[in-house]
Amino acid sequence: MRVKIFVSLKSGVLDPQGKAIERSLHTLGYNEVQDVRMGKYLEFTVEAVSQEAADSRVREMCEKLLANPVIEDYRFEIEE
Amino acid sequence: MRWGVIVFPGSCDDQDVFDALKRDMGQKVKSLWHKDDLVGHFDCLVLPGGFSYGDYLRCGAMARFSPIMRGVVEFARQGGLVLGICNGFQILCEAGLLPGALVRNAGLQFVCQPVMLRVEETDTPFTCEAKKGQLLKIPIKHGDGCYYADAATLERLRKNHQILFRYADAKGRVSPSANPNGSLDNIAGVCNEARNVFGLMPHPEDACNKLLGSEDGRKIFSSIEAACAQREHRHA
Repeated sequence: MRVKIFVSLKSGVLDPQGKAIERSLHTLGYNEVQDVRMGKYLEFTVEAVSQEAADSRVREMCEKLLANPVIEDYRFEIEE
Repeated sequence: MRWGVIVFPGSCDDQDVFDALKRDMGQKVKSLWHKDDLVGHFDCLVLPGGFSYGDYLRCGAMARFSPIMRGVVEFARQGGLVLGICNGFQILCEAGLLPGALVRNAGLQFVCQPVMLRVEETDTPFTCEAKKGQLLKIPIKHGDGCYYADAATLERLRKNHQILFRYADAKGRVSPSANPNGSLDNIAGVCNEARNVFGLMPHPEDACNKLLGSEDGRKIFSSIEAACAQREHRHA
């Protein structure tokens, strides 16, 4: 199964990179852009007996290592 | 007393800590490789600065799973003194031994400069030789030193007097202009509730010798030394 994980900064956490990207987009004339938040994207393959089994393992990986719950939120998709 | 300095792959200030403790402070120090188990008697363990595991994923995220960290967590649980400097601070936060997290500097730039730290609390093993309100000139050098904690955690830190250092100006005023990295509440260093684990972004090991422009970093190491001497005295 193919796993896709999206990690983003929680809303209260400063995101200076997002701000800098936003300013650059404005400089390019994309003035409609607001609230840029920069995150991380991970992709990998797992072997699991079922979608549910993979789901609980991936959740564990996110909690333990892939995201820091103090500053980050995460969500993921698992495809057959 | 015996100091242990843990070396992770990518640590680069371990030798600075080792030299400051051994040459400047005349202490007994041992380097400890991150892949080894923690064996032997130590009074204080130091997690030094640097870029453990290349800062991949998040600063300190992978170092916290190094084999020696199991021993460090147990050592801290039993009341042993643990000092995390810069990347060491990040590792202690990632390991859950300290509250909060360190994120990218608000100005996005790597900052390398001397800063003034105001001593906020002195009833800890890390600051017991300092005076409340005293200013220490100690350098910082980091790209991810912006301290963050949610509102409830920050409130708890204030209530329990866990904020040991704040960034200040030369007159001791804690202001936004004295904040080098956007840290919440100008926080430069915090300890845990039990007051035996402490992390800070500035580098006291780089301020232990006149040649380096300041000897104020000695205050932190001599505090730890004094606290350990007192502990031994109590146990004797």
